Amino acid sequence: MDFNEIKDLLTDKFGPAVITNVETNGLQPALQIDPELIVQVCEELRDNNNTWFDFLSCLSAVDHGLEKNQFEVVYHLASIPHKKQLVLKTTKYHDRNIGTLPNFHSVSEVWRTAEWHEREAFDLFGIYFEGNPDLRRILLPDDWEGYPLRKDYIAAEEYKGIKIN
Amino acid sequence: MQVSKTRYAQLTEGLKPEEMLINMGPQHPSTHGVLRLELITDGEIVNEVIPHMGYLHRCFEKHCENLTYQQIIPFVDRMDYLASMNNDHAFVMGVERMMGIDKDIPKRIEYIRVLVCELNRISSHLIAIGTYGIDIGAYTPFLWCFRDREHIMNMLEWASGSRMLYNYIWVGGLFYDLPVGFEERCREFIGYFKPKLTELNQLLTDNQIFIGRTAGIGVLPLDVAINYGCSGPMLRGSGLKWDLRRVDEYSVYPELEFEIPVGSGEMGKTGDCWDRYKIRTDEIAESIRIIEQCLDRLQKELKRSPEFDPRAKLPKKIIPKEQDFYIRAENPKGELGYYFICDGKTEIPKRVKARAPSFNNLSVLPEISRGVLIADLVAILGSIDIVLGEVDR
Repeated sequence: MDFNEIKDLLTDKFGPAVITNVETNGLQPALQIDPELIVQVCEELRDNNNTWFDFLSCLSAVDHGLEKNQFEVVYHLASIPHKKQLVLKTTKYHDRNIGTLPNFHSVSEVWRTAEWHEREAFDLFGIYFEGNPDLRRILLPDDWEGYPLRKDYIAAEEYKGIKIN
Repeated sequence: MQVSKTRYAQLTEGLKPEEMLINMGPQHPSTHGVLRLELITDGEIVNEVIPHMGYLHRCFEKHCENLTYQQIIPFVDRMDYLASMNNDHAFVMGVERMMGIDKDIPKRIEYIRVLVCELNRISSHLIAIGTYGIDIGAYTPFLWCFRDREHIMNMLEWASGSRMLYNYIWVGGLFYDLPVGFEERCREFIGYFKPKLTELNQLLTDNQIFIGRTAGIGVLPLDVAINYGCSGPMLRGSGLKWDLRRVDEYSVYPELEFEIPVGSGEMGKTGDCWDRYKIRTDEIAESIRIIEQCLDRLQKELKRSPEFDPRAKLPKKIIPKEQDFYIRAENPKGELGYYFICDGKTEIPKRVKARAPSFNNLSVLPEISRGVLIADLVAILGSIDIVLGEVDR
């Protein structure tokens, strides 16, 4: 199945609102998916015989800067039997209020590898994944303050009395 | 926001009276670096493994926010520091594709890249095999592997000026051409190394004690391997013929002949530790074949000439147009991926994310080591072949 057929498959199954945007400016086209439907879309793409995206290559979080205040999660899927790749994206607006975190649905039930990727995104971007069974910091210490890969992060000067430079 | 208890809290808070919590690492020699495994044990049986990492986190992605593409290459070297050439190759390939210059790279440069990558693949696998032996209690293979690896290190140092962290493959070309006499010395090494590989196989692969310790241990079924994003020797050990050098056909690999070894459960079950180990020894033999073919071409039709300048195609400014791009390549440890986001205006990428094979391969450890003996856990961890520089980035 090529990119356009996958697009049709998803709109047939979930309605036209599921794909909010199609990005075709680069070498790899990407589908913007409605964040509320991402888990169902991923399950469909994994289980449908014609797509069979059984391998999640990479899950990345992106902070789109202080003007847009948008947080994005990018899924790079690969299909082993069909030798195809697909990029899915979901975006949410968040005002960077410290009290809450941008909230996405976890796909760790679809691909177990997503669990650690999501922990990494939580650790470095402060994105909360609803449904992830073990959402803790993974690379930084448990008591680290702030989310270092956010664009508004100010580098810490010390950690527990130890100067960082 | 409703925050439920994490799995970690559930596991560690509800210990039964017979259970004990043991820390293995971060200074344990068989964790291959600074990895801490929290074990919930019942006597010698491991009920649960909880990996803790991040001790070697060096903020790779944060650094990338302030560096140009060319400046990132030395940082990329330091991720999987046992296979720096392969890391560079994948990164450079991604940038070249975004720039649209990947088709203009001269053949000689591509062949030199593949040659040094395969040499590096051999040295990485030699470490994996040597340290695996020592994990299990065989001391001699470790010394033999390091002795042979040193020849490769010396050769690559001769080419790039550095023993482990090369910064040799550049966007659009190479740092320098191969030094005069490199091809001959490389041939000499191959002639020396082939019988040594046979010796190594006799010493370790067919060793009854080694088989007893690894066969049937840590069986990784294929569906679990795929679901956990395992790649490289882990995935092939479980019996799937999946090698990105063949799937994506990047660089000059389509012109080269080599086989993809897969695990078949020869000694125990498909996907056990012995299978994963065997894939690595077989891949060394395949890499030797690739190197020989590269040398043939580099000494004949792609011979060095005084006019050849490996820096001729270097772009003056590396500014890819606005896009995002994911590149994947076959590293010794598995699928290495880079995800780039470019804004099309500056030489600095907006975001670079590295998908490290060891990170994903390690995530399956708790799944395949429930209910094993502590000594077998060491065997399983060694067979995964992780590099903490890459797990933590």
